Amino acid sequence: MNDSKLLEEIERYLNGEMRPDERKQFELLRKGDTAINNKIAEHEEFAKILKQYGDRLALETRLNAIHDEIDVHTLTEELMIHPSRIVSLWRNHHSKISVAASIAIFAILSTLFITGNLSNQESKYIQLRREVGILKQKTETLKAAQGIKAPVRATDRFRGTGFAITSNGLIATNYHVVNGADSVYVQNGAGKSFKAKVLYTEPENDIAILKIVDTSFRNLGAIPYTFKKSESDLAESVYTYGYPQDSPVFNEGRVTSAVGLNGDSLDYQISIPINAGDSGSPLIDSKGNIVGVVQGKQTQLEGVHFAVKSSYLINAIQNIPVDSINKKVALNTKNTLGNLNTVQQVKKLKNYVFMVKVYDK
Amino acid sequence: MYKEVKGSIPTDSEVILGILNNSDSVLKRLYVAYFPMVLQLIINNNGTPDDAKDIYQEAIIILYNKVKAGDFELSSKLKTFLYSVCRRLWLKRLNQMARYGGDIRDFQEYSPVDDEVERQNDMDIQFNKMGAALQLLGEPCKTIMEDFYINNRSMQEICERFGYTNADNAKTQKYKCLQRLKKLFFQQK
Repeated sequence: MNDSKLLEEIERYLNGEMRPDERKQFELLRKGDTAINNKIAEHEEFAKILKQYGDRLALETRLNAIHDEIDVHTLTEELMIHPSRIVSLWRNHHSKISVAASIAIFAILSTLFITGNLSNQESKYIQLRREVGILKQKTETLKAAQGIKAPVRATDRFRGTGFAITSNGLIATNYHVVNGADSVYVQNGAGKSFKAKVLYTEPENDIAILKIVDTSFRNLGAIPYTFKKSESDLAESVYTYGYPQDSPVFNEGRVTSAVGLNGDSLDYQISIPINAGDSGSPLIDSKGNIVGVVQGKQTQLEGVHFAVKSSYLINAIQNIPVDSINKKVALNTKNTLGNLNTVQQVKKLKNYVFMVKVYDK
Repeated sequence: MYKEVKGSIPTDSEVILGILNNSDSVLKRLYVAYFPMVLQLIINNNGTPDDAKDIYQEAIIILYNKVKAGDFELSSKLKTFLYSVCRRLWLKRLNQMARYGGDIRDFQEYSPVDDEVERQNDMDIQFNKMGAALQLLGEPCKTIMEDFYINNRSMQEICERFGYTNADNAKTQKYKCLQRLKKLFFQQK
């Protein structure tokens, strides 16, 4: 009996299509031969799975047909427990929201970075030297274009203010005023200019000491003010006298904080309206003591200005190497302003406060 | 909460009789009656309406097979049985999708039905293998197999349908197809 024939017999046997005598014979065969017996069992099992598989498919088809008649959408709307709008928005879109937020943060940070607003010091701080050169150059280019011949001379690029610390021509100002200078001139209240050189700088404290080297310079006479060693108190009345423009300007206010930008102990915060060109101006209290050197302001806030404390100035003066001057600098200790009112004080200051003109290439 | 569809819910014994008698209308009433309950369970536990359809149909099939096999005892209400099976199936699915937070929001009481679900799972594996084997088998073998073993058509009918000149040719063809199908089926892991 070949396999094909055997299968036919097995199927007839399993389907009960055999006659009783055939059946008896087949059962005998089955009993005597385990190989055939196994084959029968295997086929029976396989046919059953195949049949059940078919039944399952048919049932699924019926169920799908039933399912298609149900309005699932409406039911879903009815049965959904709706959490608050925000919660469901978050649940459904949290990945998208996260991505959007990351992109937004990235965009803001990169914008800040590119525009330079991320490095906080520069962003909030304007140093108050006056940029005048560009304007002058523009004017001269204009004149040249119109055929007007202008006298060729170097133009001062920046302006600031400085004040005498000794009668023999040492002048204090801010480092940022003279930084990168090719040459420096100082001009007194009478409008006369003297050549000066940068004698000593302390960039970290934004202090520079100039020395007038012009041959036409005459001794200034006794310095009227003294330098305050101790720290000034809050709310102390102070004033400045400087050159934000071509003529000197007086301004007054108060010490508003013992620390400067971001808690910097180098500076006082002061409430004096000051402008570009005021950098290096003396900050003077009502007794005629120098308490600081006007330095800069915060860009976002009006009326927040900073001045380097006088103690740093005194230190800087003492740090000047002795070989660059003849002898150690002796600061004036005799205050001749103390008994005067502010008007008289300012009158006296006129000779000791200079406009600092900076030329570069 | 889940809204009962008035008047159309078949009683539990009606359902069992209906399944045994292959009644389409009872099957439909059963399906329509409890689908909203399962839909509610699934869509409020991170699922979609399509998930609900899959899970619910699987549960109906489990019930159907149990009744057909004669081993369904009404120890609890039919509704509870269906809900429990769907709940179990959905937990399993959630675990597979790693979406399961360890907590499921329940709407009905339920009873343990692990055995039923496991048995169903074994059957599903067999059926998937059979479906794949039939696909690989190709025509005309697939149709011959389906006609003979599933639709219970006689060799004579098959012979006419496929245009075999005599029944012996058809039988030989059927034998070859069956051998190939068995091979494909048992080859699969």
